[in-house]
Amino acid sequence: MAKLTIADLKKIKEEYHASQQLREGGFTAKVTVHMGTCGIAAGARGIMDAILDELNKSGRKDVAITTSGCAGLCSREPMLTVERAGDPPVKYISLTPDKARKIFAEHVIGGNAVKEYALVAGHETTY
Amino acid sequence: METTYRSNVMICAGTGCVANGSLKVKDAFDRELAKRNLQSEIKVILTGCNGFCAKGPVIVVYPEDIFYQQVRPDDVAHLVEEHFVKGRPVQKFLYTPPAKKEAIPVMNEIPFFKHQVLRALRNRSLIDAEKIEEYIARDGYMAAVKALTEMTPEQIVNEVKRSGLRGRGGAGFLTGLKWELCLRVKGDIKYILCNGDEGDPGAFMDRSVMEADPHSVLEGMIIAAKAIDAHYGYIYVRAEYPLAVHRLQLAIDQAKDRGLLGKDILGTGFDLDIEIYQGAGAFVCGEETALMASIEGLRGMPRPKPPFPVYKGLFQRPSVLNNVETFANVPPIILHGADWHASLGTEKSKGTKVFALSGALNNIGLVEVPMGIPLKTIIYDIGGGIKGNRKFKAVQMGGPSGGCIPESLIETPVDYENITKTGAIMGSGGMVVMDETTCMPAMAKFFLEFTEDESCGKCVPCRIGNKTLLSILERITNGEGREGDIELLLQLSQQVKDASLCGLGQTSPNPVLTTIKYFRDEYEAHIHDKRCPARVCTPLVQFKVNEEKCKKCGLCFKNCPVGAITWEKGKAASINLEKCTKCKTCIKNCRFWAID
Repeated sequence: MAKLTIADLKKIKEEYHASQQLREGGFTAKVTVHMGTCGIAAGARGIMDAILDELNKSGRKDVAITTSGCAGLCSREPMLTVERAGDPPVKYISLTPDKARKIFAEHVIGGNAVKEYALVAGHETTY
Repeated sequence: METTYRSNVMICAGTGCVANGSLKVKDAFDRELAKRNLQSEIKVILTGCNGFCAKGPVIVVYPEDIFYQQVRPDDVAHLVEEHFVKGRPVQKFLYTPPAKKEAIPVMNEIPFFKHQVLRALRNRSLIDAEKIEEYIARDGYMAAVKALTEMTPEQIVNEVKRSGLRGRGGAGFLTGLKWELCLRVKGDIKYILCNGDEGDPGAFMDRSVMEADPHSVLEGMIIAAKAIDAHYGYIYVRAEYPLAVHRLQLAIDQAKDRGLLGKDILGTGFDLDIEIYQGAGAFVCGEETALMASIEGLRGMPRPKPPFPVYKGLFQRPSVLNNVETFANVPPIILHGADWHASLGTEKSKGTKVFALSGALNNIGLVEVPMGIPLKTIIYDIGGGIKGNRKFKAVQMGGPSGGCIPESLIETPVDYENITKTGAIMGSGGMVVMDETTCMPAMAKFFLEFTEDESCGKCVPCRIGNKTLLSILERITNGEGREGDIELLLQLSQQVKDASLCGLGQTSPNPVLTTIKYFRDEYEAHIHDKRCPARVCTPLVQFKVNEEKCKKCGLCFKNCPVGAITWEKGKAASINLEKCTKCKTCIKNCRFWAID
């Protein structure tokens, strides 16, 4: 890959922001599976497989699936975060593949958060 | 004297709300309050933009923290009548959040998140660690750009010095000062090194940073390399952290590929190559000189200091070694400035600290808190208190090099100075919380087993001293403690601390010293009364039911796996010692400490 210049760096940032913006990027929802060592040990792989399977079955092209590291609450792993355009992200805890499927159907597709599995909504305080 | 008001009415006077008539709403409030003679009880204040312009004019009423929206001058009489005379908020003007989300609490309603401020972990759960674009999108490498294009090494050093950042590996040496010492050393080859050899039992801060945000470590190293004029670096990671190694390697490859590492970084003319060195898991290799020996291909053993590594480090070249979390803290300091970093924390401990919470807590996990936060807040609010309604006994900070802090000191603010005063150390951030079922001499023995095993054997005080400390602790917990053992432990501990070559031996007696300091009665019970108050040391447990304490609940009977307990409803239980295998299941299930 070509070496970046400082201007490229700023461009990547802007482009990435645009593509990550749920509405502008063409996505209506984003699912982040937390895959640090703690999450993986607790079964995050199975959660990811279930989410990908549901996504395939749904045929939806407007849902982004991604991974991230430890979300901090290791004793409540596996965890995932669902963010829908315009709403604060919701963190789910102590998941199983079946719970993940329900979350996919009801929240990611249906737009209604699954309260009984949800821990918290919103962003953490950074800085 | 200033009048005290029972209530404050904050009316937004930002441009949006003024355009919507908020000044007229204020006039209406003033008139209405005067009419009802409430002006001395209720204060009306104009504020800056509240941010929710779409619903203006907006009003917040304190202390109730009630948020009213779209209030018109004509509505004010009704609002004052209802809210301030009758004391009931007016439903009509209450802000209702977009439907159906009320039931899920928000971040600052959950104590685990509420008290945390993420700086080193700023990208936690926000980015995919394996995609460099996601890091760049969150201001990644912007600090490196600033350091490489706009700042001299001296300016970088000064900024980091002024920020007050101290080494997050445990000792708390000023990071900027370390860099300055190395910058002043003349030398054609210098090394920048990252210590990811996290070895304390119960610590996983660095692993998490390397796994979740590897580029933040690389960026910190680029900035440090520029500050000391190094062009080669190593990240020392233990091989037991395969995911951290994998993601760091991916990050290095991606950064190299895009010209963020290697020759002529971003066209600035600055070169830096970084390589991962996998350690084989020896605890002593977290000590800086042993770590360097390990990279050199030698056996991981420390060497005497001075010469300090900033003068003669890796391959006898000037080297700076910083911890993973320290490097992760550097980019935002360069980007937002020293004052920003110093705005959190206490006088001598600035910024935040990441802790790995483990042990008898409800919430096990990784937390980042401002320096100076009371220990109690970490344990009870963030950690959610002790599991199973047990009582808090002590928290071990700093792993085998640290000490325990008892309940009486739970208000201690968590910063380098105050934690050191207790006899524990800040350490790299491991916090192992213990409840009343922990035996303190046995806990000290556990850590001594660890350090005795991990001692490299180079110096006598550590090699033989720790072994002797361990053998004394073994006899105490076996019920063979002798008179004078406590004094012997204290004396020998001091000698090991004073005479050992490196940090391992200089700190390994800390668990012994602090448990004796705060829980001497437990040592005495073991030695004099041949009794283990926490019923942990099996040779000192009688497995006899104390009939006075027994509440006749039968829990011991129901849980005994070998049927050694007899019990009937309404009668105290008893244990058949011939059948008993001393597994202590009964003791774990008894809530009344009725089994001696």
